[in-house]
Amino acid sequence: MAAVCFMVTMVLYFVATVSFLAYLLRRSEALSKVSLGITGAGFVSHTIALVIRMVDVSSSAPPSFSEALSFFSWMIILVFVVVELRHQIHVLGSFMVPLALVSLVSAAALPETVPTLQPVFKTLWFHVTLSMLGTVGFTVAFVAGVMYLIQDRLLKSKRFNVLYSKLPALDFLDHLNQQSIVLGFPLLTLGIVTGAISAQFARGSYVSWNPEQTWALVTWVFYFVVLLGRLTVGWRAKRAAYLTVIGFACVILTLVGVVLKET
Amino acid sequence: MHLIVVGLSHKTAPVEIRERLAVPESRLGEALTRLCSYSGVKEGILLSTCNRVEVYSVVDDIEAGYGRIQEFLADTHLSLSSEQLTPHLYWHTGGRAIGHLFRVAASLDSMIIGESQILGQLKDAFEVALAHKTTGVIMNKVVKKAISVAKRVRTETKISEMAVSVSYAAVELAKKIFSNLHERTVLLVGAGEMAKLAARHLIAHGVRHVRITTRTPQHAVDLAAKFGGTAVPFDQFKDDMASADIVLVSTGAAHYLVGAEDVHRAVEERMNRPMFLIDISVPRNIDPAVRHVDNAFLFDIDDLKHRVEQNRAERVQEAEKAERMVLEEVTTMLDWMKSLEVTPTIVALRNRVDDMKRAEVDKVLARLPHLSHQDRELVEGLASSIVNKLIHRTMVTLKAEVNSSSGPAFVEAARRFFSLDRPSPSVQQIETYTESSCCHGENSAESDAEDPAPETSIPKQAR
Repeated sequence: MAAVCFMVTMVLYFVATVSFLAYLLRRSEALSKVSLGITGAGFVSHTIALVIRMVDVSSSAPPSFSEALSFFSWMIILVFVVVELRHQIHVLGSFMVPLALVSLVSAAALPETVPTLQPVFKTLWFHVTLSMLGTVGFTVAFVAGVMYLIQDRLLKSKRFNVLYSKLPALDFLDHLNQQSIVLGFPLLTLGIVTGAISAQFARGSYVSWNPEQTWALVTWVFYFVVLLGRLTVGWRAKRAAYLTVIGFACVILTLVGVVLKET
Repeated sequence: MHLIVVGLSHKTAPVEIRERLAVPESRLGEALTRLCSYSGVKEGILLSTCNRVEVYSVVDDIEAGYGRIQEFLADTHLSLSSEQLTPHLYWHTGGRAIGHLFRVAASLDSMIIGESQILGQLKDAFEVALAHKTTGVIMNKVVKKAISVAKRVRTETKISEMAVSVSYAAVELAKKIFSNLHERTVLLVGAGEMAKLAARHLIAHGVRHVRITTRTPQHAVDLAAKFGGTAVPFDQFKDDMASADIVLVSTGAAHYLVGAEDVHRAVEERMNRPMFLIDISVPRNIDPAVRHVDNAFLFDIDDLKHRVEQNRAERVQEAEKAERMVLEEVTTMLDWMKSLEVTPTIVALRNRVDDMKRAEVDKVLARLPHLSHQDRELVEGLASSIVNKLIHRTMVTLKAEVNSSSGPAFVEAARRFFSLDRPSPSVQQIETYTESSCCHGENSAESDAEDPAPETSIPKQAR
């Protein structure tokens, strides 16, 4: 059942991605409704799949990376739906839905490995969930950053094309960027702390400097500086957009580190 | 019954003619009443704006109607002779007239396609006509439909969305930088007309704080009072720039007043909050090198004009979509008008045969006074059922053929077979059904003049 729901979700997200990308290129607004409908349907079936999985798996088994990615994908769509309902910025879907699709496909492609460590405590649950929520925040910040840079470029070069008309105002994107980091940063911080605690219980040391932990710390320091810069010396607008795009590279490298560790 | 339009617009007549033909609002009612006093004119509405003067009317005969309305237009404007007027006029009837009205209402025929004023003007014209009772079934339906078509076009196409004036284009651009213009500050440097207009648009869209500077301090103070803003001394405005989200420059200066360095400093002071600079002056007053300053967005008059051109082109594209909608709506409207022609025919037919039946039954019953009440009812019932059976097929066929191309032919046939166009008391009843409240005096005069048909004279005698 869960597997069927995942397949359905994947197909729906794929169709929604195609539809949202077509929406991006076409002047008509009609496609946005179709795309939103498909995304909504995908989100529902995804939720069902996740709930079945939650009930299925005994609560002591820690989540695999593939499950975490699926959860990540679900969160991305959730954030999109919330922002869409509040601000009606359909074009956000053209950026977020493809990302959700990619992470869901990766989740399906990755082997269902049981983590090598069998922790005694449930801290790993917290670690995975919190880190993923933090990652969602940085991903949204990344999307907002990319959209900001595109709109900035279009305005500077005075190319008033379809994309220009669909992208929201610069200050909205900057605000979205800021909010996502402000929310994502403390979550990642907690994720790292719980991760360190579970490592301490499992291996007797908080840090073992594997690629995952190294990149996680680099990411943390990077976003800390970005946040500090914004609040103190005005690293906002274009600079903030650039920084969050770079920061996202750290996030990806951390995730790659996790995959390397698990396989 | 035909719907026609006679008029002229910016497309056919120069402003000298249009301004002389325009009917002031105060005289609109009187003009409408006069319009409907012409023979054969059943309903009328007069749309008079600075870009068009049009008379929409429901008339008995198309050619005669054209003539009457032309006469009316020439009479309304004694300074214009019919000869001066005719070359500028256009005439439409039926679907083309309806289509024309729909296109006008949807602002597809406007000088600036997609402008919204015309719809308000049409509503006003309609209200005046309603107040003077010069519209009837057809006109009411058609004008209401035109208004709803216009609304549909506006919501389903982007025809009215894009800015088509330079000052409005500035607002549109501002909204791509600041999602919300409330609490934003605009700094007005110099006070060119276009800058003032743009400032007004910005204020209308929520800009709260206006700061103004001009070379003549008093001028700035005066303007500040007008816009509800504050005046800034001219030699200090560069220091003030950091507090402004939007800077509008239009002075007569022949050199750059604002350099890239000034803007760079302002943006830094603003902690990189974006800044929107508009240079409407020619020669330009802001150094184009500002383009290279991050988070500062400079647009000059050419950029704005370019944007306007693009929007106009886009509106034309959207207009094509709107034209298709109009075409669709015209078809439904024409269907309705056709059915309207059948309905009175059916009513007339019913009344005519009922009259005949009544007359014959009365005649027979008068000769058979000895019949019991029950028998009298039987006789009446017999007559009713024969009549009903006789006309049943005709009624059904008429209804079925309403929308077919041979519909009018069937209506015509039915009218002839039952001589429905000959006046009888029942026919007058139909005419009050189809006609507007206006101008029917003339018709009843005609029916009075004509001799009643022999059949109908019998019941009168019998009674």
